[in-house]
Amino acid sequence: MSMFEGFKFRRVSSAIHRLDPRVKFFFVCVLFVMAILFNKLPPLILLFFIPLPFVFMAGVQREWLRSMRGALFFAAIIFLFNFVFTYFYTQYPRFPSASLLERSSAMTLRFFVLVESFSVFFLTTSPDHLGLALEQSHVPYEFCFAFTTAVRFVPVLADEAQTIMDAQKARGLELERGNFLKRVRNYIPILIPLIVSAIRRSLELAEAMESRAWGASEKRTNLYVLKLKKADYFLASGSVLMLIFAVYVWLFVPVPSLATLLGFS
Amino acid sequence: MIEVKDLHFTYPTGVEALRGIAITIDDGEFLAIMGQNGAGKTTLVKHFNGLLKPTKGEVVVDGVNTRKVSVAQLARKVGFVFQNPDHQLFCETVEEEVAFALRNFGFEENAIKKRVDWALNILDVMQYRQTSPFMLSGGERKRVALASVLAWDPQVVILDEPTIGQDHQQKEKLRQFIVQLNAQKKTVVVVTHDVEFVAECNPRVVLMSGGKIVVDGRAEEILTNPKLVAQASIVSPQITQIFLGLSDLGLPTNVIDVHEARRILLDFLEAHVS
Amino acid sequence: MIEELGNNVASETLTVIETRNLTYTYPGATRPSIRDVSITIERGEFVILTGPSGCGKTTVCRCFNGLIPHFYGGKLEGEVAVASLKVVDHTIYELARHVGFVFQNPENQLFALSVEKDVAFGLENLAVPRDEMRKRVDWALQMTGIEELSERPPHELSGGQQQRVAIASVLAMQPDVMILDEPTSFLDPVGAQKIFEVINELNKKLGITIILVEHRLDLASKYANHVIVMDEGKVVLDGEPREVFNSEKARLIGVGVPKATRLYQILGENGIRLRRVPVTSEEAANLLREVLKRD
Repeated sequence: MSMFEGFKFRRVSSAIHRLDPRVKFFFVCVLFVMAILFNKLPPLILLFFIPLPFVFMAGVQREWLRSMRGALFFAAIIFLFNFVFTYFYTQYPRFPSASLLERSSAMTLRFFVLVESFSVFFLTTSPDHLGLALEQSHVPYEFCFAFTTAVRFVPVLADEAQTIMDAQKARGLELERGNFLKRVRNYIPILIPLIVSAIRRSLELAEAMESRAWGASEKRTNLYVLKLKKADYFLASGSVLMLIFAVYVWLFVPVPSLATLLGFS
Repeated sequence: MIEVKDLHFTYPTGVEALRGIAITIDDGEFLAIMGQNGAGKTTLVKHFNGLLKPTKGEVVVDGVNTRKVSVAQLARKVGFVFQNPDHQLFCETVEEEVAFALRNFGFEENAIKKRVDWALNILDVMQYRQTSPFMLSGGERKRVALASVLAWDPQVVILDEPTIGQDHQQKEKLRQFIVQLNAQKKTVVVVTHDVEFVAECNPRVVLMSGGKIVVDGRAEEILTNPKLVAQASIVSPQITQIFLGLSDLGLPTNVIDVHEARRILLDFLEAHVS
Repeated sequence: MIEELGNNVASETLTVIETRNLTYTYPGATRPSIRDVSITIERGEFVILTGPSGCGKTTVCRCFNGLIPHFYGGKLEGEVAVASLKVVDHTIYELARHVGFVFQNPENQLFALSVEKDVAFGLENLAVPRDEMRKRVDWALQMTGIEELSERPPHELSGGQQQRVAIASVLAMQPDVMILDEPTSFLDPVGAQKIFEVINELNKKLGITIILVEHRLDLASKYANHVIVMDEGKVVLDGEPREVFNSEKARLIGVGVPKATRLYQILGENGIRLRRVPVTSEEAANLLREVLKRD
């Protein structure tokens, strides 16, 4: 699951990490909208390059590359399905045209742009910043708490799953042997202790929450607060401008396909 | 017999947990591996049943190199009782739980029945045979977990921190149980940082610190040596501390047992009354 | 409503916890877990609550902060009052201002992704203003000696460090009483000692009443001035540590009295009488020295 490695937050500090998550999210959404607006290659290629300076400024090139590499598999599937089905539906038995090739490539590139922008977002936003952004965006506190607590326990549950697997392996359970059905059944001795443990854990957490005055006030206060800074305003306005420009082009400017640009058609 | 030769182990995260361990454990020994949390004790014992394979060096169990066999094969000889019984329990009844490993190892049905009976009996949980393990108390679940490991009669039994959360009586019962296992010629390896418990058992002690073995010897020599104890970040038993405080009076300092302490003090007083 | 340090009506009374014939049955249970428990705990005491597994120690503690009856339900009889508040009449979050609870498993009482956010959790729930919160968080981190860990995520900390975070987060709420339920179970002896020292500091320097549920009496008993032993749901011993540990009943129930006390007892059987009952090795050594040097 190396594609997911490209989404894990790394504890580094950079100008990009310090940007307000809400503004970053807005930026990513704008990229998303722009990617959907266009289905010709040139604008999509341009879009692909836009997040790159952010990647380098944040110093997350290696992880980003990993997410791109992971996305390659799904991208190949998208390309093949799109190309093959559209071909057989429209152009068969003629020879496939350049525009079909371009259309399928554009679909695939769109997928890459999506993965790329969200990857940059998650790589440069710490989960607690994210939780804080949710809180300040007036998402009910219960959901924000559930989110940050879940993230907090991911490594704990991962360790516990490993321990449970070790404990059952030490009783002769063989996870790699047997046909598909047997292998699925062999995971029951792993899943049940994991689930039971999760339930017990939530009970203990609930006790601890209550004991720390959970529910005491209608409106909670917060140790931290997100404040918008110059860089945030800059990015926000930049995103708005990009969006306006993109909509204008989409409405009034005929976008050339790559084939046209390169002199084919 | 377990032989460890120049064992090095580094976790995938890059943490070097074991740095050159060499140790031999004979059949029928009772060994306590001690040291503070993070010294590498559990990492070491996980090599005995193949859960971890050496990064460098080798571990040989009964003539078989652990790198060449699966965990299931090694587990047949080396039983491992984990610290938290809830990481194992998943069956609908205690009986099935204890039979689980036996089925994995391919025992026959009547052999399974006999062994389950035997294990439930010696751990005093026969009355819970048809009960769901999740309904039992903490101490009872620990006994069920222990029964499920002993059921297949492994030659070596490893107990990882068995005294955590146990009260005094439970620890005493555990101690007696280990003595019983030892009497049946089983090799018992206990990973623990409970000094008082080890002082009562007086086994061979291997003291670890920072991924290395600091010293390997008898409990009464090691736990009474202030330098070694400080090096491994554990504390001496209270009785030892008392005698260390009286060493200037010419009393011996390698005392860990309270009855031994009485004998020594009585002898001292008799000798000095005249 | 901002709570000022020590400015509490309840702080004028001497007794901080009082129970009378407290009996409680968990929902679905056939018998009560605790029966006729009547104890009095005075402000500033360091209490050790001990007894064999299943004797009801944790149940009694849950009655002190309102988890019983509000969280667990069940049937509660008798009376229990903490900081002059009757537990049955007040919600858990109201009681949380006066009683803090540190649980056995360090992992399952830390929620946030950084230490200081965890320490602030209770204060955020109480809607303490940010400036006051910041001051209290820094103070709590300092009192427990974990200031350098303030931005670390809990998963990267050792068990002992996690427990200190838990203690700090309870401390930040400035309770009158702090209950700690076997807080050192998962820690090694050195880690356990550090925790006991922190708790002792809070008791001696800040006057916080401590109720410590423990089995490891050899390490903890030197700090206590009040010991309560329970067995099968009832209080069987209640008094001064030396008396309690030296009593025959304690030995019969199977309480793990400190070895120093045990030595005192068996020497006594052989006619050697030490001047006092020791609970620590230093005391025992000094008392023995007197007897041995006499001759």
